[in-house]
Amino acid sequence: MALILDPNIADPDGFYDTLLAAHDGLSAAESADFNARLILILANHIGDRVILTEALLAASD
Amino acid sequence: MVDTRYSTEFTLYPYNKQAAPSARQPVVIIGAGPIGLVLALDLGQKGTPVLVLDDHEGPGQGSKAICFSKRTLDIAHRLGAAVPMVEKGVVWQVGKVFHGQDKLFEFNLLPEQGHRNPAFINLQQPLFEKYLHDAVVAAQSGRAPIEIRGRNRVTAIADQGAFVTLDVQTPDGPYQLEADYLVACDGARSPSRDMLGLSFDGRVFQDNFLIADVRMKADFPTERWFWFQPPFEGAGQSALLHKQPDDIWRIDLQLGWEIDRAHELDAARIRNRVDAMLSSQTGTIPDYELVWTSIYTFQCRRMQDFRAGRVFFAGDAAHQVSPFGARGANSGLQDAENLAWRLDLVCKGIAAPDLLDHYCTEREFAADENILNSSRATDFMTPKTDVSRQFRDAVLHLAGRHAFARPFVNSGRLSVPCIYDGFAGFGPDALNGPAVTRPGAACPDAPVADGFLLDHLRAGFTLLVLGDGVAEPVTAAGVTAHIVHIPTPTPALAARYLGDYSHAVYLIRPDQHVIARWPDFDANSIANALRATLGQEAAHGADT
Ligand SMILES: Cc1cc2nc3c(=O)[nH]c(=O)nc-3n(C[C@H](O)[C@H](O)[C@H](O)COP(=O)(O)OP(=O)(O)OC[C@H]3O[C@@H](n4cnc5c(N)ncnc54)[C@H](O)[C@@H]3O)c2cc1C
Repeated sequence: MALILDPNIADPDGFYDTLLAAHDGLSAAESADFNARLILILANHIGDRVILTEALLAASD
Repeated sequence: MVDTRYSTEFTLYPYNKQAAPSARQPVVIIGAGPIGLVLALDLGQKGTPVLVLDDHEGPGQGSKAICFSKRTLDIAHRLGAAVPMVEKGVVWQVGKVFHGQDKLFEFNLLPEQGHRNPAFINLQQPLFEKYLHDAVVAAQSGRAPIEIRGRNRVTAIADQGAFVTLDVQTPDGPYQLEADYLVACDGARSPSRDMLGLSFDGRVFQDNFLIADVRMKADFPTERWFWFQPPFEGAGQSALLHKQPDDIWRIDLQLGWEIDRAHELDAARIRNRVDAMLSSQTGTIPDYELVWTSIYTFQCRRMQDFRAGRVFFAGDAAHQVSPFGARGANSGLQDAENLAWRLDLVCKGIAAPDLLDHYCTEREFAADENILNSSRATDFMTPKTDVSRQFRDAVLHLAGRHAFARPFVNSGRLSVPCIYDGFAGFGPDALNGPAVTRPGAACPDAPVADGFLLDHLRAGFTLLVLGDGVAEPVTAAGVTAHIVHIPTPTPALAARYLGDYSHAVYLIRPDQHVIARWPDFDANSIANALRATLGQEAAHGADT
């Protein structure tokens, strides 16, 4: 399986909203910590090193 | 004439005036630290004469290393030194990791049964060296050709092409020595390296660690306790508490980079920190005595090449790692056992000198692995940037809540022997057997009817025959692989060496690394594998 770069989330606006809402009231530093935790949780869920490497590349493009 | 650079814990090899000039030596070792002693023992027990020069008369005071790994004990056992180490040492296998007040998780290093030696022992380095030296004395009385000269300082080295000359300083003045091969085991500051103008590059980590070894009666369990962001005052960014023999506890505190060393070494200041740490655990400040304190910084680096002509480098002289993971002495001992059998065969004229080059390829690779592991641990413990700190803290936060984050927590990946996957001189792997015993791996121990497997893998090359099967010794390239036949393997032995098979044949090096394995005895293939290990071309037919 390759990294999915086509739309894959059912309700994009809803998810985006939830993502931002999760940062409500957080300082910049707290948000950074939150993001770090989120990345680790998602990365573990994906697990596949090939996909994770592709994601790292896609993010730095 | 030979000034003292440090005070010694024991006098093991007192200075003796040389009566007569020394003849050319096959092997001279500089440094009677753990690595030099193990190399000398291994060579001497194989019958190759070895002379060790050290500019002191015993191990230095205070303990650098405390954690010695199972592989180290297995090597020491082969050389007759491990029994008192394990008797005296503190056996531990449980580690706990804390973040502030909270315990994140605990780990167990060797849940597996059926090994003679424990996963780790804690033992003060001077005692470790003393037991090695005791084994040297025992070997000497059994006529092993080992000589150690205390207060003999090497001051100059010259490679003459066909041999090496050394200038040696003693309390009675200087003398010269000649050696076929020289091994520099003279530690991280290796004067030999400087004498030969060789560089030692790598990373310096900007951090200071305070060691306080304290003697006290305390009933903390025999476990490794490690704190990130310790909840007690003055402990800095991380803290370690670990037990040694004789009621001594090692405390290791991460103080940061910008410190005034002299000030931090003030005994009253250290006591304040130790008081805070101990009272946070016991509620009161126990009676204790400061046995040894020091501040260290560390580096991860290695020599480009572990060989310069007839001079070899081993142990800290060749590579240096941070202490997290206990990969210093433990990996250095693996250098020693890797070099010993090669030097032995070359000095006896059995193998060509090229065999020695594989010491470098294998141990340089191992050093890179150790440096990688210890650099990663250090990066985790000492985040260098805001974002690395954010991820580090995220891992610690999550590790207390979710199992998935625990493997990211890195307070040192403890030393395990390197597996020489894909190196010249290994293979074939004709057995679809367990991965732990694939060619290149150090043989794991396992119980056998009369003790333990590794006790049978002592002398030279071995053909380990498991289960039913006929086999005979195979001679090739001047060496003979002797048979060790275990017709009815114990379940643990079968699990580690047979997997789904009922029988197998393993060819094993003198340093107990697997060369190759087959389901059945095949004299030709075994002879070819032996030749390949000894750097020779394959031939047809075993020359028995
Ligand atoms: C704080 C700390 C904690 C550590 N913890 C661990 C641990 O838990 N586990 C582990 O495995 N490792 C640990 N280490 C690393 C370990 O101490 C070293 O890897 C080990 O001492 C290296 O042994 P060596 O024989 O290579 O060198 P050394 O022990 O340094 O011995 C070198 C010898 O050479 C002699 N010498 C030097 N110059 C000359 C000369 N010109 N002529 C003659 N002789 C000379 C010296 O006097 C010395 O006796 C730790 C290190 C530190 C600093």
